[in-house]
Amino acid sequence: MADAGSIADNGVNVAALIGAREALTDAPAGAQFKWRAACEWKNGTHSHSTVEGFYGLGQEQQHKKTFTFDADHPEVFASEDKGATPVEYVLVGLASCLTAGIAAVAQHRNIQLRSVTATLEGDMDLQGILGIDDDVRNGFGGIKVTYKIDADAKREDIEALVAQSQKRSAVYDIVTNPTNVTVVVD
Amino acid sequence: MSRCLCDRSIDHVVLERGEIAHTWRTERWDSLRLLTPNWQSRLPGFNYNGDDPDGYRSVTEVVEFIASYSKVISAPILTHTTVTSVRSTETGYLVRTDQGDWLSRTVVVASGACNVAVVPGFASKVPRSMMQLTAQDYRNPEQLVDGGVLVVGASSSGVQIAHEIQRSGRPVILSVGEHIRAPRVYRGKDLEWWMDAAGVLDERYDEVDDIARARRVASLQLAGTPDRSTLDINALTGIGVTVVGRLGGIGENGKAQFSGSLRNMCALSDLKMGRLLDRIDEWAQRNGFDVGTNPPHRLPPTRVEPAPPLGMDLASGEIKAIIWATGYRPDYSWLEVPVLDRKGRLQHDGGVVSAPGMYLMGTQFMRRRKSALIDGAGDDARDLSAHLTSYLDSRDARK
Repeated sequence: MADAGSIADNGVNVAALIGAREALTDAPAGAQFKWRAACEWKNGTHSHSTVEGFYGLGQEQQHKKTFTFDADHPEVFASEDKGATPVEYVLVGLASCLTAGIAAVAQHRNIQLRSVTATLEGDMDLQGILGIDDDVRNGFGGIKVTYKIDADAKREDIEALVAQSQKRSAVYDIVTNPTNVTVVVD
Repeated sequence: MSRCLCDRSIDHVVLERGEIAHTWRTERWDSLRLLTPNWQSRLPGFNYNGDDPDGYRSVTEVVEFIASYSKVISAPILTHTTVTSVRSTETGYLVRTDQGDWLSRTVVVASGACNVAVVPGFASKVPRSMMQLTAQDYRNPEQLVDGGVLVVGASSSGVQIAHEIQRSGRPVILSVGEHIRAPRVYRGKDLEWWMDAAGVLDERYDEVDDIARARRVASLQLAGTPDRSTLDINALTGIGVTVVGRLGGIGENGKAQFSGSLRNMCALSDLKMGRLLDRIDEWAQRNGFDVGTNPPHRLPPTRVEPAPPLGMDLASGEIKAIIWATGYRPDYSWLEVPVLDRKGRLQHDGGVVSAPGMYLMGTQFMRRRKSALIDGAGDDARDLSAHLTSYLDSRDARK
């Protein structure tokens, strides 16, 4: 923990988050968000995705700019490698969600972070997606996330940060629990 | 096969661990009816000549049917003779049984494709208080305690069991993964009639694109319903069954998780059924069957509620029993000849096993799409007995 009296600064506006929590408790309709992405096929396994608008707090919202993401497969799959693979984007999503959570929880607990790095590895047996063996799933067999955290806190407090971050992470929930997915063709 | 070997004057013996039609006597639920109509069970020299060609045999009738065929062909059957091992010898095979040993030059493995009910590994995480049965152990709803029942699997066994349990007053939750929807009657004729007439059932293993996949495909959602009604997901939701996605796992806390892929599983099945009916319609048009049959039609899409449940607490008491209708596998534990692949599957080319003089019968798409049906045994046995005969002749010629 930071010394008595000192205030940790991880760049997270906890007051705003707590304010939002109070406001949305009173007005749950505002808590209904819709996150969006658009994707356009380019060529081969290459696609180009964009993220710009979302819905929340009762109205349409805009990011400050349009974010773009190219996804492809590497040359070992006879692709052109014009971007990370879709499953690597899943790792990116999980890592950035957990890391943001760690910063927010640390701020709330008045723990000063000096550095937080994560490495992620997802195991995949390609016999699944290639249809070689029905007993092998398409997705990751497992995901390993390893954090290195330098902070003004005891190891057990740091471990508690990481645990709480998983508990409140949207992507962790999406990856670990089922989600109904509806795919339609217009 | 015994009949075809007799026709070729090949000395043989049929070893049966129990009574004739043992599996039908001991491993089937009470209400089960054969999913193929009576007329379709054609064995070499033995056709149906009763007064209900479109009906479906009960288990007792199937047992009688097989037993009477064995009498008609005077099959040399030794009952209550359990094979304990088969191994290679210099001249063929040593077949050990609990009634003594046999030496043979050839062996036909006709021990069935459905010896062991397959249950996912996470079944061990089901709370102990829960009653668990497989489709092989299940007999009737009265076996079950009162209360909700989770039926896992929506192929032929799963949908039939779910149907009768729901009708018994026990609310059923049916977990649905990949399945193949099929109308019992199409354009006024049994679907099996169309598949037989249009040659679908005669398709050979060496004519399909991916035989390994074709052999893994789930059984059609067909049931021998006395009223010839279709037993699909819509029929089950229509009587109040709750449909959820594939059971993906059970946590240490006893929470079951259902996949969010239910909508796609149903869409895939609807599309697949549509392709089969398209093929039947094309065949009917080309072959003049549009006259005298009802016009082509399509079934309404499978209904899936907007947000099917994704989880369930197995300890909550909502569910008192689980029926695993998650498939079967053959038991080759007695087969001490190196003919199994790394997944334990018997390696064969249309029933000709990779070990010389060994043959297979009665497994899914073994030689033809109908290989696992009673109606498929005749053509396969004719082919394989011919192969077996030439194998014996070639060995004799070498001596």
